[in-house]
Amino acid sequence: MKVDDTVVKSIAQLAQLELKPESIQENIDSMTSILNLVDQMQSVDTTGIEPMAHPLDTMQRLREDHVSEPDQRELFQSIAPATEKNLYLVPKVIE
Amino acid sequence: MQWEVVIGLEIHVQLSTNSKIFSGASTAFGASPNSQACAIDIGLPGVLPVVNKEVFKKAVAFGLGVGAEIALKSVFDRKNYFYPDLPKGYQITQLDYPIVIGGEVEITLSDATKKTIHITRAHLEEDAGKSLHEDFHGMTGIDLNRAGTPLLEIVSEPDMRSAEEAVAYARYIRQLVCYLDVSDGDMSQGSLRCDANVSIRPMGETTMGTRTETKNVNSFKFLERAINHEIERQIGVLESGGTVHQETMLYDPVRDETRPMRSKETATDYRYFPEPDLLPVEIDAAYVADIRNNLPELPKQRALRFITEMHLSETDAMILTSSRSVAEYFERVSEICDDPRLANNWVRVELMGQLNKEGLEIKQSPVVPQQLGDLLIRIKDDTISGKIAKTVFDAIWQGGGTADQIIEARGLKQVTDASSIEPVIDEIFANNPQQLQQLKAGKEKVLGFFVGQVMKATQGKANPKQVNDLIRQKIK
Repeated sequence: MKVDDTVVKSIAQLAQLELKPESIQENIDSMTSILNLVDQMQSVDTTGIEPMAHPLDTMQRLREDHVSEPDQRELFQSIAPATEKNLYLVPKVIE
Repeated sequence: MQWEVVIGLEIHVQLSTNSKIFSGASTAFGASPNSQACAIDIGLPGVLPVVNKEVFKKAVAFGLGVGAEIALKSVFDRKNYFYPDLPKGYQITQLDYPIVIGGEVEITLSDATKKTIHITRAHLEEDAGKSLHEDFHGMTGIDLNRAGTPLLEIVSEPDMRSAEEAVAYARYIRQLVCYLDVSDGDMSQGSLRCDANVSIRPMGETTMGTRTETKNVNSFKFLERAINHEIERQIGVLESGGTVHQETMLYDPVRDETRPMRSKETATDYRYFPEPDLLPVEIDAAYVADIRNNLPELPKQRALRFITEMHLSETDAMILTSSRSVAEYFERVSEICDDPRLANNWVRVELMGQLNKEGLEIKQSPVVPQQLGDLLIRIKDDTISGKIAKTVFDAIWQGGGTADQIIEARGLKQVTDASSIEPVIDEIFANNPQQLQQLKAGKEKVLGFFVGQVMKATQGKANPKQVNDLIRQKIK
């Protein structure tokens, strides 16, 4: 895959990042080098090897289904820019 | 042109757990906004998800209920997108290694034909919060109580060919998850929501047409309407020479139409990757076997048992197994009175009729199985007639006590002593000489008149069959 101007801009948009025009080339270069590394890894024969989902060789511990979290709404909402009627307020969403 | 409709459903089922899938916050419905949204649910920095054991138990139970393969190792992934009711900026879900793989269910259509619908997969994920678009000075309100609520997303193969089939399938899934206690299945509270993938193609064509996805339909009635509207819309587009675009639609129940959601300029790209905060979850065969051994009897098996062992009709068996609580109520009554057919009649007709009339669920019934069972015993041993039993049933419903107490207190015992019925018959004969003449002349219809009069005079306490016999004897 070739990383160009369009690709960088669209990834920036998906990640909600604002990119300065002068930093686009820098991003093209670093993404290209990452993808080159990926290409190199892709060339290794992995037939019969199970894909790894996590580097730690252990498994997830599960917790009992108990309610353990108290209501801390007041604390959490004290840092919110805007709240009303216990709701967090955000700029209008239209869908 | 003849069009063939192709439908696949994605059903989101909310799992009935006490706490959320990745946090210890409560999942109770109807709480004050954001009172059940903890640091993990609102995505504060530095928190880590911890998986709820119960969600795996419920997902496995569902998988076994549809004869699916259970993945002994499943992996969580991040699905990335930005929306205010998703505070972390990603949803934790399962992409490549879901917990449930495959499976199938058999649905029954209104003309009694049966059809198998295949399930592709079912995976665990977390729900998002809720956006409230009422006006808050031009802003949107966010309630994160629902964020992190455990969901099982059940994805079907595109096996359905009509809205009716899709609704029958969705109903079956709802019945199943309720039976298995996987979910309360309450659609009014959003515990079960459907996304319908609909496409059409010329009859006989084997490649799929372009599909649209109608999202978040929360009632069976709307599901049927939304699909039918989408079918008509697509036929209209294609027959007028246009093309169907792959897009997400919303069903508007008020205007009764489907219309496209305002789509973002760029195609959605969720950039999935394995969730680094969670390790793969491994379960072993013994764990699965344990859940399998504790699985309740499924609706189909139960209906079959009602038909073969209790000799009920298929329709009756279907109604009685429509929910687990109805089936359990019926079985308990049937056990107490030792008469499945009598129990069937009373549960289906009297009890369910009265419940419907008052808008109650069977769990809220004022008459408990023991009370109804005891009442039916009194019909069987001829203490009371079926007609009087209805009076007693109403009295139990009103909180009047047990059947025996009511029968005793109101003197409702059936009169079977011929010597106390005969004088009543004689009196009625005396009062109705004309009818008596007709009866003696062989007019059978008049017999009914006399039986009715005697029943009335004894306030229903006489046994109609016995009255019949006594009258016949008298005119011989």
